[in-house]
Amino acid sequence: MTSSLFFNITTIAYFAAMVLFIVYIVSRIQAIGLTATGVVWAGFVANTIAIGLRWREAYALGFQQAPLSNLYESVVFFAWSIALVYLLMDLKYKQRAVGAFVIPFAFIFMIWAQLGLNAEIQPLVPALQSNWLTYHVITCFLGYAAFAVACGASIMYLLVIGREERKGNNQGLMGIFPSAKVLDDINYKAIMFGFPMLSLGIITGAAWANYAWGTYWSWDPKETWSLIIWFIYAAFLHARFTRGWVGRKAAWLSILGFAATIFCYLGVNLLLSGLHSYGS
Amino acid sequence: MPAKKNPIDALWDFFCSLKLTIVTLILLAATSIIGTVIQQNRSPEEYLQRYSESTYRLLDSLQFFDMYHSWWFLALLGIFSLNLIACSLKRFPLVWKAVTQPRLVADNALFQTFANTEEQLLKGKSSSEVGEKVSAFLRQHFAAPVLTEQDGALHFFAQKMPYARFGVYVTHLSILIIFVGAIIGNLWGYKAFVNIVEGTSESRVWPRGSNAPIDLGFTVRCDEFSVSFYEGSNRPKEFKSLLTVIDGGQVVKERHPVIVNDPLSYKGITFYQSSYGPTGDAQIQLQATALAGGETVDLSVRQGQRVDLPGGGTLRVLSVSQSYQNFGPGAQLEVVDADGKRSTYLVLKNFPGFDSRRDAAYRFVLGDFKQRYYTGLQVAKDPGVWVVWLGCFLMVVGSMVAFFMSHRRIWVRVETVGDQVGVKIGGSAHRNQPGFELFFDEFKKNLKSELAS
Repeated sequence: MTSSLFFNITTIAYFAAMVLFIVYIVSRIQAIGLTATGVVWAGFVANTIAIGLRWREAYALGFQQAPLSNLYESVVFFAWSIALVYLLMDLKYKQRAVGAFVIPFAFIFMIWAQLGLNAEIQPLVPALQSNWLTYHVITCFLGYAAFAVACGASIMYLLVIGREERKGNNQGLMGIFPSAKVLDDINYKAIMFGFPMLSLGIITGAAWANYAWGTYWSWDPKETWSLIIWFIYAAFLHARFTRGWVGRKAAWLSILGFAATIFCYLGVNLLLSGLHSYGS
Repeated sequence: MPAKKNPIDALWDFFCSLKLTIVTLILLAATSIIGTVIQQNRSPEEYLQRYSESTYRLLDSLQFFDMYHSWWFLALLGIFSLNLIACSLKRFPLVWKAVTQPRLVADNALFQTFANTEEQLLKGKSSSEVGEKVSAFLRQHFAAPVLTEQDGALHFFAQKMPYARFGVYVTHLSILIIFVGAIIGNLWGYKAFVNIVEGTSESRVWPRGSNAPIDLGFTVRCDEFSVSFYEGSNRPKEFKSLLTVIDGGQVVKERHPVIVNDPLSYKGITFYQSSYGPTGDAQIQLQATALAGGETVDLSVRQGQRVDLPGGGTLRVLSVSQSYQNFGPGAQLEVVDADGKRSTYLVLKNFPGFDSRRDAAYRFVLGDFKQRYYTGLQVAKDPGVWVVWLGCFLMVVGSMVAFFMSHRRIWVRVETVGDQVGVKIGGSAHRNQPGFELFFDEFKKNLKSELAS
């Protein structure tokens, strides 16, 4: 029983769930939607076991470290976080169609980790040997995952809103999409959860930077991009109270925010130079 | 057309506007990208290698090379702060009043503003009897009510978490506190750097972007620097300096280990392990055997120095490393044999046979080598950092309260209507209205059946 076996099961489960969600949207058979959600649960459990096993495997190699130490581990943890936030959202709203727009993110990250990234367990370089690493990574990724769910809901919102405005109701392929009102609510609630998490992620990062380098903020590209995301979602939250900014514009802000999140997470490491470059 | 506003009111309205908030936030986000694409605070030479001279001049005049301290970025942050202060000042007094002086009596006009109300008429009961039931029910299922008797009617008011309304103001204030902390750090703190060679002391550090050193007021000695590697790899495991602090001739900290992620603080000044490097030439212990004659000699060689070998050849150590690729300590040697033939050897301490070649004239065993190092320390003094942490703490607490707690209020009016008792219920929440509706519907149903019994 190795972690890689369970990571493979996770990848297959997220793929199967993604396909089932699409079949559900086309067929509108409730049982398929329910099955898809069940498969996400199975994938989430496998993902959890896999991360746990990998933690144990690192200890067996003599490295006292949480499995959050390199790009591979962070990507599979990101997939885990997306599944977690999705499932919490599903427990509350039971809007199965949303899975078709969120679970693909989890699947893409898993398949990328499995096929494209180095899964070797490596000991931590001195800069990363700190308990702050765990707090920083967990808070950031829970925030990022919430933004992924919000982005999925926003894409659906933009698909639905035009039809709702024209016909007054929602028919055809998007017949089982939640109403624009519900999607807007999911978008808002997800960001309401993600925004404090992102703030905590930035704060724990600043506290760690201060402890490791003596400066809590140095306008490093990663720090700056996390602040850019923070600005975008802060704008989103205020847009909700402002006439002329609710609805479509708020949905676009949410999508823009997630695009910036992905850039902050991956683009900065791969394209720009800075303090986080050891993360790749 | 409304009358033209006077300029001060217009300015006030401008800074109170939420549209300004959104536009400022988006502008801050967009402009911040510049500094992540253009490397900040490099030397003009470095920029001129990347950009043409005209591009360089343009970017420089726009202050793009230090954009986070440029006048226009600071101006944006200033507008952001003013907007935040103005919005809060405008709304806070109303909220303060709503919390400290709640409306205890709900009239019909207030009831009309609620999306969710309920009326009930009860027969054969006195209003005081009903009032007691209402009071007990509110206390048990919501919060202890305040009773006001007015115009012959009983007015009950109960609320939960009124302080939830302050969450947003605490969050706004926290941002200003963080700014204040950052300004304190900029004015009265510094970030500096010092290299200390093993066995030597320093009492001055060099701030970034300045040639004038800062006197610490005490002395720091580096007793030893070491770097260790993970077994079988060149992946560093630990960088460690042993530092001794001497203040007024007294040793106050002795051989204190400083590693990455574990700094040393003394008198508000903190030393962080940051870099290291070799200093001076290494002294290498080597055993050389001439394969032709079998003669063996022990040598102690300084890096770069040429020494004689048995059998007429000479030797020079080109480089040494504590971690040669993944093979541990190693040295590169250049050997010139008696015939003038030049060859290089790679000698690894952990693999003594590694360099043996058929045509080799010598065999070497690498012993210990001594390399003096200097340790590079980041030195920081930041009296504002605790203000920043206070701001961060308030931001977390404030945003949690603002996002997840809601001020819920319920009004109940009990009055005599003819020979019956009328009960009117209304309620509202300052946020998460749908969640409140679920609770309130259940509450109304239960109160109704309780009163009917």
